[in-house]
Amino acid sequence: MSAQVTAPREGILRALETVRDPELDEPITSLGFVASCTVSADGDAQVRLRLPTYFCAPNFAYLMVADAYDAVSALPGVRHAEVVLEDHFASDAINGGVAAQAGFARSFDGEAVGELHQLRADFLRKAVMAGTDQVCRPLLAAGTDPAALLAMTLGELPPSRALDRLRSRRAELGLPAGDDAPLLIDPATGVLVEMGALPLHLRRARITRVSIEANSGICRGMLRHRYHTNGQGETVLSSEDS
Amino acid sequence: MYESNGERYFVVDGHMHYWNAAPDNWVPGAEQYAKGWIECFHAYQGLGPPETHWSLDHFEKYSEDDLMKDVFEDGYVDVAIFQPTYLKEWYKEGFNTTERNALMGEKHPGKFIYNTRFDPRDGDMGLEQLKRNVDRFGSKGLKLYTAEWNNGSRGYKLSDPGAYRYLEAAQNLGIKNIHVHKGPTIWPLDKDAFDVADVDHAATDFPELNFIIEHVGLPRIEDFCFMATQEPNVYAGLAVVIGGLMHARPNFFAKVMGELMFWVGEDKMLFGSDYAIWEPKWQIEGFVNWNYPDREEFSDYPAVTTRSKKKMLGLNAARLYDIEVPAEYQLKDDAQPVAGA
Repeated sequence: MSAQVTAPREGILRALETVRDPELDEPITSLGFVASCTVSADGDAQVRLRLPTYFCAPNFAYLMVADAYDAVSALPGVRHAEVVLEDHFASDAINGGVAAQAGFARSFDGEAVGELHQLRADFLRKAVMAGTDQVCRPLLAAGTDPAALLAMTLGELPPSRALDRLRSRRAELGLPAGDDAPLLIDPATGVLVEMGALPLHLRRARITRVSIEANSGICRGMLRHRYHTNGQGETVLSSEDS
Repeated sequence: MYESNGERYFVVDGHMHYWNAAPDNWVPGAEQYAKGWIECFHAYQGLGPPETHWSLDHFEKYSEDDLMKDVFEDGYVDVAIFQPTYLKEWYKEGFNTTERNALMGEKHPGKFIYNTRFDPRDGDMGLEQLKRNVDRFGSKGLKLYTAEWNNGSRGYKLSDPGAYRYLEAAQNLGIKNIHVHKGPTIWPLDKDAFDVADVDHAATDFPELNFIIEHVGLPRIEDFCFMATQEPNVYAGLAVVIGGLMHARPNFFAKVMGELMFWVGEDKMLFGSDYAIWEPKWQIEGFVNWNYPDREEFSDYPAVTTRSKKKMLGLNAARLYDIEVPAEYQLKDDAQPVAGA
């Protein structure tokens, strides 16, 4: 038997798991946005993406298609990658722009002024706020005094997937994410949260999480109405959690 | 009027439509947008209880009789507020215009309020049309869709100078209430089209106007809530919140209600069915009987009482639109605790 020289389909799916919907802060795979992914023996990968509506915001759609293209193209063994967004009002502009590596502004000539770095950073900051609630809520429920959170570092928190995620989002923004990094910081400035600002900070963290969860619930429902088959790697929300 | 457990609720549907989205109304060359829009709305309906779902055919074009039955006869609504959405680039006669709404509503005196709209990109002609609409339909409110496509433009901000000129004109014409509906596109496209910062500016600069943010700014509930705490003239339109979450995602619904009660408060939340996306009947019945799940994570949210529900379902909107509410539906003496609280 010869050694496997091309990335198998599983590898493509793993790569797509690293691509997130920037608004929902969830992998496009678990959201059900990956309609199909295939790879030929020669290393030609083809990915088809789908979204909950024909009118999902074109800037976020572009980011997902472009990120998927980058993730799949970077795989060893992939000779050529094609990522196609289906059934969207701006499919042609997005698919053509990503294939040509044109960037957002050139893909939407005359309709956009700049690229999407600022937009992405804004939503990473929201993800940090939501993640803050995810790691703080169990502590508060277990009786931790809110004021004690001010002095805590990330290394003092019990290990959890939510904590890993929070660290990763903070690192992406260039914010401290190591064991000695403070738990509560302003994601826009990196400055430590002070006592006077603590109640509002925790409240903002909580509503940001609620907002993202509610949006995710609606998007999943819309997607299910639009497509009756599960996406590749899709996970379904349990009714108790949603 | 809805009655439950001896309590009577005066119901104002603050957000509903009478549209024609059938193929006979699609603009040639823009069929894919007209079709995509109504299919997207239809998918929202899918978030309601299965027994309330319509076929796409029926959903594209329902009759006047359907509306009167669904909203008033079966749906408990006392007064309904038409919120027009034009989309004339996709629908020949518009999706649901002020004229279409009023033509129907005029046959049923006292049942409807006709909001109209403007698009700041329409220049002087648009200002004249706004004045004609206010004169003819007696509009006290506007519905603004900032993502509307217009001559190659994909949307506008409420803080644009052109929009301010229109808001001033509207105020001079006697308009009081501005319903703002955000959508997926804006100029320029690299900005977040759902951002509500422009409404914040407008609300500060037009303190005598009320700004009702439809579907509570979804998908930016958090941004909307921060703004609403700072601006006394900003209100929450509950369309989509009840219809889209109460049945499909009951836990998320409870959290969103809790957050709105905390940040915005029961005096500034307005029910809207978003008919024909969802019928009002199941939303009103379900909401009146609703309470937070009995779990710790909901324990520190402000209580949603019978009194809160009476305000949200009708009394708040009646206040904004000067709708006369018969005495038996008014809140009892403020000092008295309300049953079910």
